[in-house]
Amino acid sequence: MSVAGRDVTRTIEAVWRIESARLIAGIARLVRDVPLAEDLAQEALVAALEQWPESGVPDNPGAWLMATAKHRAIDRLRRAEVHQRKTEELGRDAELRSREDDDLAAAADDPFDDDLLRLIFTACHPVLSPEARVALTLRLLCGLTTREIARAYLTSESTVAQRIVRAKRTLSAAHVPFAIPGRDELRERLASVLEVVYLIFNEGYSATAGDRLIRPELMQEALRLGRILAELLPRETEVHGIVALMELQAARTRARTGPTGEPVLLLDQDRSRWDWLLVGRGLRALQRAYATRGPIGPYTLQASIAACHARARRPQDTDWERIVALYDGLAQLMPSPVVELNRAVAVWMACGPRAALEIVDRLREEPALDGYHLLPSVRGELLENLGRGDEARAEFERAALLTANSRQRAALLERAAACVSLR
Amino acid sequence: MRVMVLIKATEQSEAGEMPSQELLEQMTAFNEELVRAGVMLAGEGLHPSSEGVRVEFSGSERKLIDGPFAETKELLAGYWVWQVRSMEEAVEWVRRIPNPTGEHGMVEIRPVFEADDFGEEFTPELREREERLRAQTEAGA
Repeated sequence: MSVAGRDVTRTIEAVWRIESARLIAGIARLVRDVPLAEDLAQEALVAALEQWPESGVPDNPGAWLMATAKHRAIDRLRRAEVHQRKTEELGRDAELRSREDDDLAAAADDPFDDDLLRLIFTACHPVLSPEARVALTLRLLCGLTTREIARAYLTSESTVAQRIVRAKRTLSAAHVPFAIPGRDELRERLASVLEVVYLIFNEGYSATAGDRLIRPELMQEALRLGRILAELLPRETEVHGIVALMELQAARTRARTGPTGEPVLLLDQDRSRWDWLLVGRGLRALQRAYATRGPIGPYTLQASIAACHARARRPQDTDWERIVALYDGLAQLMPSPVVELNRAVAVWMACGPRAALEIVDRLREEPALDGYHLLPSVRGELLENLGRGDEARAEFERAALLTANSRQRAALLERAAACVSLR
Repeated sequence: MRVMVLIKATEQSEAGEMPSQELLEQMTAFNEELVRAGVMLAGEGLHPSSEGVRVEFSGSERKLIDGPFAETKELLAGYWVWQVRSMEEAVEWVRRIPNPTGEHGMVEIRPVFEADDFGEEFTPELREREERLRAQTEAGA
């Protein structure tokens, strides 16, 4: 890899990925319009692509982009104002006007943390569908291009482009203010932000489509967003909770797939291959979550469960009773059949397969789990454990039909073939 | 990608001179910026090599050598581990490391190995062989 004799375009891309979110956020404060701010930031990027190959990369490329975008913003505001002046108020003092421009120019030089938060809350506004929020977040906050987003989600560029255009239109039509939500609605709005972060992480961590189990680039984007949020909102328990959860899950990435790309279950993983740097970061983030002394939410609880696994050097050291207790808490906070299924697995480990099978059998009536491959897959394991091989085989085969991931399907069919009835 | 950023020693760092108040403040601000950008994973400063020890391997022999070590420019004074999207991004961050005194220094950026680096050329068979090798190495270590 040659970076020294490097292509200026790649440098500009790197600068863009570092600066774009703060650039868009700073301009949005100036023009009070996120879609317009993104257009202006893009114009500054185009100007850089035109000028830097000739002039060289400036010493402070972020400031250059900001100044360029700001000038264009002021031009637009002035044009709009001139237009307005012609139609309504002709008599305003020209000197006052130029001073206003200076104020506008100064506004974007302030520390950007609040602007960045405003941008995050706007991109993740609940008026948008989760898919629209995800696309807009990757674009505005992670600085990904439409093509990069399309590639990460294995979809077409035009689909993503349309989704972003529609999302921007929705924001404008709903007059979503460029603001940090007030205390009374902060938790609710934050939940919408965290949902987006976790959706991005999960698409990377357990790819729902395609033949790769893990797409690390999306995981990394989500982790980065989470780490940024943790610094912006250090008093919010769940922000640290989600960071802890993501760090601890990402730590297992290397061990989650076997030599031929097949999935390796948590208890079969070679723990020496976990990323212990990330484990340490995850455990520290969890400490920060508890140290806020705020209400414990679902992300912090899930991170606490992940931490139980991380603290066990060997699978047999796992504190399953604590995990069952944490799942009990999670089931109360966020009653869901998926949580119940996970609780069943913990109960299996803590109390044996019979008690777990009872929970799983109750879940078979659950319409929400209809078509969810993990239900027959877990039931298959329990039946196999109880020596009921024929029933287990049927469950593994059913699970194989339900998963869209080809690696998972192959692993499940292998399990099915290996089932032996002991009765 | 993950990179290790190696800060090479200088005569001052090897002499154990503490950085000036100004440099400390600027470095703290820079570290905070790295954390707030979600880039910083870890990082520490190192004591001068006079506090270090080397273990030289030769056949079955293990020879201990006490610091300080001579070749200052090749020694390390500290390191960071960063999560970045490209080598270019790492370079951009390194360019921003404060250097208020204008002193000569050297920083080296090295990508950390990840199985994914091998991309599609790293076939399942090769991957398996590497895993087996790794398992053997670990068992032998």
